Amino acid sequence: MTTAATSTTKVGADAAGGGLRFYGVWLIGIVVLIVLPMIFSSGGSLTSFSLIGIAIVFALSYNILLGQTGLLSFGHAVHYGLGGFAACHMMNAVVSHGWPIPLPFIPLFGGIGGLVFAMIIGWVMTKRAGTVFAMISLGIGELVASSSLILRSVFGGESGITTDRTALPKLLGWSFGPQLQVYYLIAFWLVLSAIAMYALTRTPLGRISNAVRDNPERVQFIGYDPHVVRYLAYCFAGFFAGVAGGLTAINFEIANSALLGAIQSGLVLFSTFIGGTAFFFGPILGAILVTYLQLGLTNLTTAWQLYFGIIFIGIVMYAPGGIAGLLMMHRPLIRAGTLWTVIPSYLVAIVPTIALACGVILTIETVARFSGGDAINLFGIAFNPTSPVTWIAAAVLVVGGAFVARLTWRRIAEAWDRAATVARDRGYLA
Amino acid sequence: MTAAIEVRAVEKRFGNVGIIRDLNLSVAKGERHAIIGPNGAGKSTTFNLISGHIAPTSGEVKLNGDLISGLQPFEINRRGLSRSFQVTNVFARMTVWENVRCAVLWATGHRYAFWKNVDSLPEVRERTAQILDDIHLTHRRDVPAGLLTYAEQRELEIGITIASGATVVMLDEPTAGMSNAETERAVALIRRLTEGKTLVIVEHDMSVVFGLADRISVLVYGHIIASGTPEEIRRDPKVKEAYLGEEAH
Repeated sequence: MTTAATSTTKVGADAAGGGLRFYGVWLIGIVVLIVLPMIFSSGGSLTSFSLIGIAIVFALSYNILLGQTGLLSFGHAVHYGLGGFAACHMMNAVVSHGWPIPLPFIPLFGGIGGLVFAMIIGWVMTKRAGTVFAMISLGIGELVASSSLILRSVFGGESGITTDRTALPKLLGWSFGPQLQVYYLIAFWLVLSAIAMYALTRTPLGRISNAVRDNPERVQFIGYDPHVVRYLAYCFAGFFAGVAGGLTAINFEIANSALLGAIQSGLVLFSTFIGGTAFFFGPILGAILVTYLQLGLTNLTTAWQLYFGIIFIGIVMYAPGGIAGLLMMHRPLIRAGTLWTVIPSYLVAIVPTIALACGVILTIETVARFSGGDAINLFGIAFNPTSPVTWIAAAVLVVGGAFVARLTWRRIAEAWDRAATVARDRGYLA
Repeated sequence: MTAAIEVRAVEKRFGNVGIIRDLNLSVAKGERHAIIGPNGAGKSTTFNLISGHIAPTSGEVKLNGDLISGLQPFEINRRGLSRSFQVTNVFARMTVWENVRCAVLWATGHRYAFWKNVDSLPEVRERTAQILDDIHLTHRRDVPAGLLTYAEQRELEIGITIASGATVVMLDEPTAGMSNAETERAVALIRRLTEGKTLVIVEHDMSVVFGLADRISVLVYGHIIASGTPEEIRRDPKVKEAYLGEEAH
């Protein structure tokens, strides 16, 4: 993320009008969240938007660890799940004791649930970064996930803890029965959490977290204990993961062991990485894309996890900065006015790249459906997975697509070098 | 008057290998003290022992009369001792401005604050701007540190070291790998920035050492064989034999 502050050179020239543009982006985001359900008002869209909102909070909380502090956690869902359980227990307690706490306050208790556990285990976990931290996070993840099945009184065993969100006191006449009201509750907490997490990156602790990520050794020689910095970052990440878990508990009216398992932990890592860890908005893009794909692909194909794997490997290998990194690469070119020189090479590359992608999809679906026998429907064309015609089409698309695509990709790289050189000469690229 | 740094009978062993044996060193307040010695003599290890990067096996290190051996590096730093590194050791993905600002934060009392906007702390901003000006990197303030030239990174390294306003500054080969012109610039910079402070410097370039230092200690095989003014060191027969003689070839 860039700091606008008081730039003088062109490389970081966000200062002029940066403040206005900065608040503009947030305002547009809020307006979009408000208007979205008015345009797409079907039940399915509302469910999707709700899930995406929760996923964004969760992914942003994960990026406090991965992107800001350089901690690779394989067990972040522990805090998400415990936040969910805390919220469920709180909701049930509110109902049974008749406390005057309306539903919109419940995610706060989810956050506290995530925070308290982070405060307890975080000190030991963050003693070291790197592999040690990653391994401990994996172990804690497994430990808590298996405990959730053993400690029945707290976690409700296999069936989990259920609750009824409409039984809580109403707020301004809202019962939160309809999905639309739940959506707005999630959107409200999304905005609140996103602003808080963004603000965190601009505090002394946020900046020192970046320093710990870059060079924990040197941090010790400017007065900071990297262990304390990692611990505090871990607590914040745990809190906001708990908020996301609380929102999930409200959305589904249940918390069970699936919330805190390895699959959830993997999914949030996946979303955050695909979106891009180096920019604040990266995890937002990643969470939107991954949740959308997850919802969409599961209806289309049984092999949806395979596609996730391919996307992940592709991003790790060819775009380690994620989607945000790919987008932000273009910023100096836009400033230097050389973006138009690379656009033609993109357009040329689109056709063979899509052909290659179709070939890969056809191959995967042929294998996946060979014994099942139902037809593959690709862009309205039906393919029979047992027919050699389909196999030949797939082979031609993969081999031919890859061959031509590689040529066009090389052209992109060349066009890029030229455009970047010009941008560097004009002082827009360091 | 208590010495700024007092090293007494310090030993450091890695397994059976004694790297530092019976090390005694005293640096007075306000003094510019150079440590010289052949490669592998233990100069950087001495730095690491004083700054808390490694703990001595035995013996004690005092800073302004307080025992600091065994403390963590950040605890020693908070007591007013700051050091640079021989191999450039900056925050590569952060900008020059951010690098220096991080080094200013603890000293200005902001610590682990998560309730303050780091961009609206006037004293932090002023001090960071002042240091960037001092190290002549104001025009590069928004460039990620990893993209600086080598000489610029060395200057940034010095900037980070002095940013906390520490009264005892230790520089580990600040001019290593620099051209003559760059070295001259760096020496002028060091002289100016450590005005009124205690400076301990490890350096290979003898013109730098003899031009800058008030006193010199000669370290050979983990032991200080001589300590004195540049004049005394020049005349010392042990030093000539052990070190300057080797250099003269």
